[in-house]
Amino acid sequence: MAKNAWPSADKRSLIGKRISRLDGPVKSTGRAKYAYDISRPGMIYARLLWAPYGSAKVVSIDTSAATQIKGVVGAWPEMKDGDEVRFAGQVVASLAATSEEIAHEALKSIKVVYEVQTPQMNDVLLEKAETKEQRDEIPDAATVDKTFNEAEVKIEGHYGAAAITHCCMEAHGQVAEYRDNAMYIWPSTQNVSAYAAGLADAAGMPASQIHVDCQYMGGGFGSKFDSDQWGAICTRIAKETGKPVKLMLERDHELMAAGARPSAFANVRAGASKDGRITVWDSTAWGSGGMGGSRALGVPYIFGNIPNIRRVSRSVRTNRGSQRPWRAPGHPQSCLVTMAALEDLAAAAGVDSLEFFLKNLDYTERPDVYREELRIAADLIGYKDKAHPRGDSTPGPLKRGLGISLHTWGGAGHKSESTVTINPDGSASVNIGTQDLGSGTRTVVGIVVAETLGLPLENVQVNIGRNEYPASGASGGSTTVGGVSTSTRDAATAALNALFEKVAPALGVGADQLEAWQGSIHVVGDASKSMPWVKACSLLGQIPVTGKGSKPASDGTQLDNSGVGGVQMADVTVDIETGRVTINEFVAVQDCGLIVDLKTAESQVYGAMIMGVTYALYEESIYDPVTGRMLNADMEFYKLAGLADVGTLKVHMMTGPGYDERGVIGLGEPPVISPGAAISNAVANACGVRVPTIPLTPNRVLAALEQGGKLA
Amino acid sequence: MPFRKKPEEPSGLSRRGFLKTVGAGTVAGGLIGESATPPRASAQAPALAGPGPIPLELNINGKVEKVSVEPRVTLLDTLRNHLDLTGSKKVCDRGTCGACTVLLDNKPIYSCSMLAVEAQGHAVQTIESLGTPEQLSAIQAAFVEHDAQQCGFCTPGFVVACTAFVHDHPNATLEDVRAGLGGNLCRCGTYHGVTEAVLQVVKTGKGGA
Repeated sequence: MAKNAWPSADKRSLIGKRISRLDGPVKSTGRAKYAYDISRPGMIYARLLWAPYGSAKVVSIDTSAATQIKGVVGAWPEMKDGDEVRFAGQVVASLAATSEEIAHEALKSIKVVYEVQTPQMNDVLLEKAETKEQRDEIPDAATVDKTFNEAEVKIEGHYGAAAITHCCMEAHGQVAEYRDNAMYIWPSTQNVSAYAAGLADAAGMPASQIHVDCQYMGGGFGSKFDSDQWGAICTRIAKETGKPVKLMLERDHELMAAGARPSAFANVRAGASKDGRITVWDSTAWGSGGMGGSRALGVPYIFGNIPNIRRVSRSVRTNRGSQRPWRAPGHPQSCLVTMAALEDLAAAAGVDSLEFFLKNLDYTERPDVYREELRIAADLIGYKDKAHPRGDSTPGPLKRGLGISLHTWGGAGHKSESTVTINPDGSASVNIGTQDLGSGTRTVVGIVVAETLGLPLENVQVNIGRNEYPASGASGGSTTVGGVSTSTRDAATAALNALFEKVAPALGVGADQLEAWQGSIHVVGDASKSMPWVKACSLLGQIPVTGKGSKPASDGTQLDNSGVGGVQMADVTVDIETGRVTINEFVAVQDCGLIVDLKTAESQVYGAMIMGVTYALYEESIYDPVTGRMLNADMEFYKLAGLADVGTLKVHMMTGPGYDERGVIGLGEPPVISPGAAISNAVANACGVRVPTIPLTPNRVLAALEQGGKLA
Repeated sequence: MPFRKKPEEPSGLSRRGFLKTVGAGTVAGGLIGESATPPRASAQAPALAGPGPIPLELNINGKVEKVSVEPRVTLLDTLRNHLDLTGSKKVCDRGTCGACTVLLDNKPIYSCSMLAVEAQGHAVQTIESLGTPEQLSAIQAAFVEHDAQQCGFCTPGFVVACTAFVHDHPNATLEDVRAGLGGNLCRCGTYHGVTEAVLQVVKTGKGGA
């Protein structure tokens, strides 16, 4: 019997190797069809009119003029007279026309009268914000105050991160088509299996009649879990007009309404002994995720076992489009506040930062992993040769510095079901209702089947992205790889064991003595007895065998795990005359248990580091305090790092004994957490003052230098 | 189809030919600051086109494509909505991100920032002409090898830009790559793979293939 466990290192043909993603060729040749690329016969184009005010009351909406325009199929109010607009970007009306151009132009003919109100846009100044409070004191307020007052070394600092948006390359949206009493939808989604459930009302039919197909999607990062209001509008128009409808958000709307990572600010007091042992943490943190406020910051991040902790969190409501999960929700902000304050504490104590973190690792949950990772990262970046006390004393305007950050994440697999079919001709296929966001899920699923059946990867047909397939969880929180690899291993093992039942009599042994390996079925321990795969499959006769698998696995075997640690170190140069920060080198060391595909795993880390450079240095949603409208709702002024901005990147994955046997653990979130903190710390080490708030734009760097690091 | 050498004589209109065709009235329009006489409509002035759809002949991927689009329609939207050439992606729609990059007479341009009418008389090559999944170009094969793609939405634009870059810079260094490929943006963060892919193609001298 094939065992429902990961093969040992000597029995892995594919798992853990560098394998090119299966859909690389269709993506790099432009053949991959995304939601935005779907074209259906007679398709019309829908567009949304959004409110240009952060706070207003809708007095009236008049679509009559728009409906008179040639080519306009229909126009619909999406709010009622008297409704409250709570953020700029809120959908007010929709319109469909025979071409994109007509739709775009006709939208201007919808007349909306607003009673404009003053929006609440401030999230920076706590005293002027509308807030809700959470409080947490360990052990008690008096002890925390006393410990701080008596600390040999103490710092008081302000730290912050501006709100950002997801800015997926493919805007949110979908194509919907109503025919044969069923709804067919091609969405850009992170949640294929559950997508239809949100549209039953709009489609006027049960989810079972809604067919969802998402083979490729152009980025989600946490913003594409739901079918959304635009999904419902598109579906409704398709039903009402009987025509296929494409509705993709325009770029400005995408950046305002389709998700945000909350801002975070904190005033921190921390104390340590003069040799660098942390004794106390005391913080007041706040931030805003728009209309819904935001969750409490998890500070002190990682170092949760510091003996004296007080944390106060306040959630600030602003008239902005609501937050959505944004790759590692809450972690990058908590990490920045903590690592920045702790490096400030190390600098105040005059203790080398690396030594400081090593000295306090017992306040974390996984000191051994971090210790090993810190050592490797230090070697990769040349820490010993480059490290210097805070403030590069080299003459001239270019100051160089190093920064460190540590992070953690869970990454256990989500619920998942999968089926694997072996055909009499030897071909194999897997059906699973998951999605590939670009993380390599399609490839991972294929590798698991091929490895289990002892076949080359190209012999496995991987079918994902449809809600007809067995249900699998949404891709978020680094839960996908643990989920789909478990259910698929389980399913492939079940299918293989069914095949073994047919093959065993021919080889004169019991099914429990067989294994599949390198294109043949072997008798364990007897090299002379084997049968080539295709011949073995022919014994199935006319009927294929299908194995069903799930996460949790059918026999209870745990193939995934949870809990990882990572370390990143940045080497930057700050031009103190212009305020410009340049990344020289950036190193990431990461564990994630058993790696299924090393190539796409490394890509996740490289990508997260690059995304993190953008977070640390460039991107910020800037809103007008008067109108409440986003001022940089385009890709020219909402800045993403370019190819020249990211420096030299080095990635080291922790693999082998001590890591592999833990099972598969998700990787999407962890490496995106530390960049803001590591780069901010490197800038402080370079120029000698803390630039409190990221992104570390030239104006903030210059202001910090001028003010000695107190403001910005 | 491999990346093609620049044609000896570009077909269709040159800038010089364009000026000749539209006549003196339009040229004078450019000099209005120096002349007290406003340009007059003359018999030579071209008939106004639009606002309704007008017939166009475009040279796309070596084929003449006849389309009927309004004059305001961009080359990108014409490719995507009228010719089903959806490899060129619509992302920023204002000449920032490069996801819509195509070759115009072998030079990379943002197709979101050119009207289809302006593309007449030029040879347009889209990502669809640069290789197939079964027969990848050297750049595409290197993209796959170095995993220079994640979600893949920026990838076709990057492949087109890299194809032109390697053709024009067959001996490019790392610094050249960083200086020359800043016109395309990626959100997933594939720049490391893109850089490796381009350098590999340069090293193996297959940029023209």
